[in-house]
Amino acid sequence: MPRSSRIALCASLSLAALVAGCAASAQAPTRRVLRWGGDAEGGAPFVEADPADPSKVRGFDVEVAGMIAKGLGAEPQFVQVAWASIPQSAERGDFDLGMSGIEDSPELRARAALTIPYYEFREVLAVRPGDTDRYKHLSDLAGHRVATLGSTQAYQILLAAQAKSGVIPISYDDDVHPYADLVAGRVDAVLLDNIIAERSLRRSGGFVIQDEPVAIGHYVAVLAKRNGALRDSVNDVLRARMRDGSLEKTFRAWNVWSDAEAQYFARALAAAHDTTTVAAPEQPDRSVMSYVPSLIRAAAITLVLSFVAMGLAVVTGGCIAAGRVYGGPIVRGLFTAYVEVVRGTPVLLQLFVLYYGLSSVIRLPAFLAAVLGLGLNYAAYESEIYRSALEAIPRSQLEAARTLGLSELQIFRLVRAPQALRLALAPMTNDFVALLKDSSLVSVITVVELTKQTAIYATNIGSWVVPGILCAAIYLAFSLPLTRVARGLEAKWSHV
Amino acid sequence: MSALTVRALELNRGTRPILRGLDLDVESGEVCAFMGVSGAGKSTLLRAVAALEAISAGKITIGSATLTPGPLPPESKLREVRRQVGFVFQTPSLFEHLSAIENVMLAPIHALRWPADRARDVARRLLESLGVAHRAEAYPRQLSGGEAQRVAIARALAPDPTLLLMDEPTSALDPARRGALGESLRALAGEGRGLLVSTHDAEFAKRFADRVVVLDQGRIVEAGPASVVLTSPSHAATRTLLRGESASPPKL
Repeated sequence: MPRSSRIALCASLSLAALVAGCAASAQAPTRRVLRWGGDAEGGAPFVEADPADPSKVRGFDVEVAGMIAKGLGAEPQFVQVAWASIPQSAERGDFDLGMSGIEDSPELRARAALTIPYYEFREVLAVRPGDTDRYKHLSDLAGHRVATLGSTQAYQILLAAQAKSGVIPISYDDDVHPYADLVAGRVDAVLLDNIIAERSLRRSGGFVIQDEPVAIGHYVAVLAKRNGALRDSVNDVLRARMRDGSLEKTFRAWNVWSDAEAQYFARALAAAHDTTTVAAPEQPDRSVMSYVPSLIRAAAITLVLSFVAMGLAVVTGGCIAAGRVYGGPIVRGLFTAYVEVVRGTPVLLQLFVLYYGLSSVIRLPAFLAAVLGLGLNYAAYESEIYRSALEAIPRSQLEAARTLGLSELQIFRLVRAPQALRLALAPMTNDFVALLKDSSLVSVITVVELTKQTAIYATNIGSWVVPGILCAAIYLAFSLPLTRVARGLEAKWSHV
Repeated sequence: MSALTVRALELNRGTRPILRGLDLDVESGEVCAFMGVSGAGKSTLLRAVAALEAISAGKITIGSATLTPGPLPPESKLREVRRQVGFVFQTPSLFEHLSAIENVMLAPIHALRWPADRARDVARRLLESLGVAHRAEAYPRQLSGGEAQRVAIARALAPDPTLLLMDEPTSALDPARRGALGESLRALAGEGRGLLVSTHDAEFAKRFADRVVVLDQGRIVEAGPASVVLTSPSHAATRTLLRGESASPPKL
């Protein structure tokens, strides 16, 4: 290890060591700590909670991180981070080293310090058994839905294929449901890392993996750009572990070793120059303007989704409120139970149940499931607003209407509801603005709306500043006119 | 001809008797004032006649319609009764989201299915006769108490009821307005309607009612021409009522 990098290492580890030292209190002598970030939600064989002791993690990334720490003379300490945020979290200094099947890419290399790849994977296509001969390559899937994990190299490949051959990319927030939806027929193929594909095949099956890879990719560890010296030390450790067979042993133990991997190791070790010191390749032209069309499309989805869901919420909420005000004890009890259950559980859970949980009974398209999930959730809140508004209309008004010979239905339609609506307007507007923002939750069921698109954009360029401002501006452009209209109506209806 | 016939009317709330055997007639063209201290059952009697509350015993006849004990009849029959009865509540209870004239037009258009033009003509005439035509386009919150009450009367009259019920119409009016209201009531009776008016106001009853009925603890204790009942009362309750009236605001 060169002297300069040793100093840098000491510097970068000292703070972490200090913190860890305080935590370990009396335990002398103080050991240095290498904090490494990963996502245990990614699961085996990368990083998963240890079934024997769920407070610990295990997986090949865990073991590689352990080797690196040991090589640096430090103790590994795991930090849980959402997978898509690992590079940015490293840049922030949340940990020294990020590892969790992080993919090597020119974009990432341009804005972070990446180690040499420690594993070579293949992007493989998974299809239903009946389609084995039909869909061998991406080009065979023109006009078909192909699923993958958002913000990955595979997603970039699909976007390129969309432009070229008309494949329809479907982005997921996790790597389990793409395969479930493939088997269920919601998508026609899945493009993902061979490790993930093989894991899903072992777990649930119901599909086949095409032999010929669509692309080759590499897993790397990511560090903050300023930590180039530490990265060089990590590279030294990785090369040493390739050479002495420790990495091979780990990969074999996790069942992800192959001849291709051995060939890759040989190439990596033979490479005369350090790949990481090569200047980053020219970045493709990705100006702000190039993202605007997709943001506008996503904004339109957010807007349509919010309006349709709110329409459903208003109608359903109105029926529930009317049922609770006018209905008999059974109707009242049922509606009250509905409201309490829906209000008392997270909308995220409801979306999951609607889209994935019910998929064996009824296979809802993603957008419909999103509309139903948000609409039925907000219906519970709307119904409470309408119920209290209906009950706020004085009884004397209803009796006055009765003595005029109006039927109960007419009284509701002509006297009670119009006045209740005026009372409900302000809280309704409030709810609509909330719904507009809650619509971002539906990305968990594969609908790419404004926030998701912004996240994809931000991951791509490695910064949230411009995408964040654009995204906020679009949300405000939706919500501000809405509240204006509502205030105008309120003023018009106040008759002062 | 009788606009209203009440026979042996009893009404209990739970086990508590509110009305205990009432007999009452209101003739067409007559203003009948009924008086009584608070809690005597005045409002309950009006509500029972308007079919807002089920009666426990006896019989109420309004024109061709009859109310009998037991739960309120189905809506279709109820609407038949209610169309013959107009009700002006103690508070005007106008529909806040409708203008004055729209309040008056609501029942003709939706309960009687008149064309809008005809309903508007009738509503305008009614507002004119009550002296509030100039406020036709105003909303309830923009009206004074007296204006709102007159709009409420116009609203109750729009379906052309044979019987008009009024609950404490003078309670929110100054003396000048009471006089104007009284004249309006006489004019309505002059059109051949029966008017049943609850009031505390002996002065008002003396000036504008044909007949006075005194209610005490759910029973009629005295009835007769206004001039007789209010000048030489025969029942203790009436005397209490009159004393209270004259004693309350000492006129200086």
